[in-house]
Amino acid sequence: MATIFKQRNMIAFFILIALVFPFLTNNNYLIHVMTLAFIWMIAVYGLNLLAGYTGYLSLAHAGFFAIGAYSLSLLTTKAEMNYWLAFVLALIITSVLGLLVGLISLRTKEHFFAIYTLCVGYIIYLVIDKWDSLTGGIRGLIGIPSPANIGPLTFNTPVANYYLVLFFLLLTILIMYRIVHSLTGRTFIAIRNSEDLAQTIGISTMTNKLLVFVISTFFAGLAGALYASFIRFIGPDIGYINVTFDILTYLIVGGIGTLSGPIVGTIIIVWVSQQLQFLQDYRMMIFGPILTLLVIFYPRGISGGIYDWTMKRKEKKRQNIDKNQQMISAQETSAASNKNG
Amino acid sequence: MDILIQQLFNGLTLGSVYSLVALGLTLVYGILHIPNFAHGALYMVGGYITLTMMTQAGLNYWLAIVVSCVVVGGLAVLMERLVFHPLRHAPAIHDKIAAIGIMLFLEALVQFIWGADYQTMTSPYGAVVNVAGVTLTMQRLLIIIATVLVMAILYFFLKKTFTGATIIAMSQNREGANLVGINTNRVAMLTFLISGALAAIAVSLAAPINLVFPGMGHLVLTKAFVIIILGGMGSIPGAIAGGYILGFTESLGATYISNDYKDLIAFVLLVLILTIKPNGLFAKGGH
Amino acid sequence: MFLETKNLTKKFGGLTAVNNVDFAIEQGKINAIIGPNGAGKSTFFNLISGFHPPSSGQIIFKGQDITNLPSNKIAELGVARTFQTTNLFDQATVLDNVIVGHRLRTKSNLFDAILRTKRLKREEQQCREKAIEVLDFVGLTDVSHKLAGGLSQEEKKRVAFALGLATNPEIIFLDEPAAGVNPDETEGLAELMVKMVESGVTVCLIEHKMSMIMKLADRIMVLNYGEKIAEGTPTEIKNNDAVIKAYLGGSAIA
Repeated sequence: MATIFKQRNMIAFFILIALVFPFLTNNNYLIHVMTLAFIWMIAVYGLNLLAGYTGYLSLAHAGFFAIGAYSLSLLTTKAEMNYWLAFVLALIITSVLGLLVGLISLRTKEHFFAIYTLCVGYIIYLVIDKWDSLTGGIRGLIGIPSPANIGPLTFNTPVANYYLVLFFLLLTILIMYRIVHSLTGRTFIAIRNSEDLAQTIGISTMTNKLLVFVISTFFAGLAGALYASFIRFIGPDIGYINVTFDILTYLIVGGIGTLSGPIVGTIIIVWVSQQLQFLQDYRMMIFGPILTLLVIFYPRGISGGIYDWTMKRKEKKRQNIDKNQQMISAQETSAASNKNG
Repeated sequence: MDILIQQLFNGLTLGSVYSLVALGLTLVYGILHIPNFAHGALYMVGGYITLTMMTQAGLNYWLAIVVSCVVVGGLAVLMERLVFHPLRHAPAIHDKIAAIGIMLFLEALVQFIWGADYQTMTSPYGAVVNVAGVTLTMQRLLIIIATVLVMAILYFFLKKTFTGATIIAMSQNREGANLVGINTNRVAMLTFLISGALAAIAVSLAAPINLVFPGMGHLVLTKAFVIIILGGMGSIPGAIAGGYILGFTESLGATYISNDYKDLIAFVLLVLILTIKPNGLFAKGGH
Repeated sequence: MFLETKNLTKKFGGLTAVNNVDFAIEQGKINAIIGPNGAGKSTFFNLISGFHPPSSGQIIFKGQDITNLPSNKIAELGVARTFQTTNLFDQATVLDNVIVGHRLRTKSNLFDAILRTKRLKREEQQCREKAIEVLDFVGLTDVSHKLAGGLSQEEKKRVAFALGLATNPEIIFLDEPAAGVNPDETEGLAELMVKMVESGVTVCLIEHKMSMIMKLADRIMVLNYGEKIAEGTPTEIKNNDAVIKAYLGGSAIA
């Protein structure tokens, strides 16, 4: 029973459904919503690795999302570069900026890091908003091309876009899975548990923190680039702090520090938001308190809660097995002594 | 020269508002070591309450501010009791996320009730006066005077009353304060109350020369964080000094460098400071 | 000398936490540092393990000056250290928590992780085996599959030892290893420390439990107000006037 809820199975289940989803519905709007959800999931995975596994909450995440989006958009529209070249370049630009920001911001801890990244996020937003000549300022950018053909594959339909984004999402999940289950992942977790302790077992915390920060910005940028060519127009608001908070909400609800958390959280909130369409801009009246309540009473989120529950059951089973072993050996000893007695 | 004096005066005005907000933030940080990310939301709610009291309930400016102080102060106390108190033993990341959740809720609520439009608050002090060759509205003069008054009262309260002393004691050493019989819970609630009231006063003073809108707390909050890191987290003189420094820098920067990018000044300042001193300007050494 | 400090000093603003301390640790012996609260013992440890740069003085390990090396480099050289509280990943098993202890001896990087190279698999296996080995050494094999959050105080101390041992150290610094642990368990931990020395790891510990120290240590250094006031064998220390005075009124022979 517990195995149904194993992280791996939950993810496998999701992948299966995701693959056949476009065949289950003809509704292009739903496919659009799902594609957007996948894009957000990629961004959430980036934040998850940094905040969930390494313990560093970056409030600049939306800023890097915007950098990815704007990089791709500017390179394709203004510089008229080949789409996929621009795509790769956008990822590189975001990661390099991530490296620079990380180099300075990661010397700070906890509160200071959160505030520092909050400010960096603001700087990014303000620059995009005010630098009219480069970014189009508040008017934003339009006419961003959808992904260019790769050989015979075209990406002009909602379904084609859906699968393209899904492809990147699956790649993201695979990479995250491998990182988390490797020595690198364990290193990040050690840093989260205690940076001092991590240092004393020989981990170079600065190098590793830098690494995970850059990875997180890479995925934020990836999501941003996909967003730009999916929605086809962007404005400075995609780099605003609200976007970071949305991503954070998806992460906390789903389960921070788990592998299926980003999927669960994003799907649930996106779906619930769809149902609550009438609330539109006010959905935070529901999700705000949920976020706060979750963090107080159930900080592990949905996937985290399930994970804890399965671990506890494994514990109980093991304890029962041990108890049985003890009983059996006790019986055997008493049987043996009875024989001799 | 005239422009310079004018801008210095503007800086004084701006700095006054920033200082009041930063004071509330630093008081809370001083006793609980929590950066209250919802402080900007308190500021914003205060603005709407004052506005509503004036427009819907027909109260005069000052009465409206009093009501706002009470409401926002009460809201702050609720936040302390229902959210920060339960989280006092949780990892630091939880405080921040919980505060963010409150902030998101309050913003959405405010937007739901009052709409997303930018609203104006008219104060009875819109008259223009001429002081020493500088033209300014009474409101700006009022901001400065009121701020000095409030700071004086706060100073008197903290230094000369017993209750004030308990706040200082708790900010210096929470355990110790507990051990000598200070009810740290009450002090925490009181401090939040004061921080909320300060935010309400700040926004009520500032709103007539700005606008009231749901997102108005964001920039102010972020800048307040910059200020308390500049001045030392938990330091009251630091919050005041930092507030005015930022006020002047922004005012002068807006005039002489660029008005568009004036908001960036605070953040660039912070980036510079934290780059050189990752533990803030006034960090104490080591373990 | 295996590890020694020369004129080691640390000032924090106006406060001198450690003042001109010369200390020499012999290989294969159990060394203890004792002193009243606030004597500078933990600061001394922090200096040696690289958490603060000293204001002046030197730390020399096996002939190499390690004074200004960062903590992780010092760990690589073979100096391990535990803390008074050990923060573990509560929702993972004890074994899972200890595996990372051997990480510093591995070379796998991000690409190894993403591509699941042979090197990664090999090194993961290495770390896992090391973890099993050290958990067995500290006597925690039976709880290695228990969630770290459910461990007792004494078990947590043993896990801290295990983590340190997983780095293949030549010397391990233990910060109050028996704090919060009852007398029987204290005995057990003391035996474990002897076992560590016998297996080739020099031990240096800070402790307040006098009876344990007196029985266990080969050499004791006493700090008070950041200064070394005595150094010698347990018998010498027990009868040392300066030491008795420093502890006057405190739990001297507990």
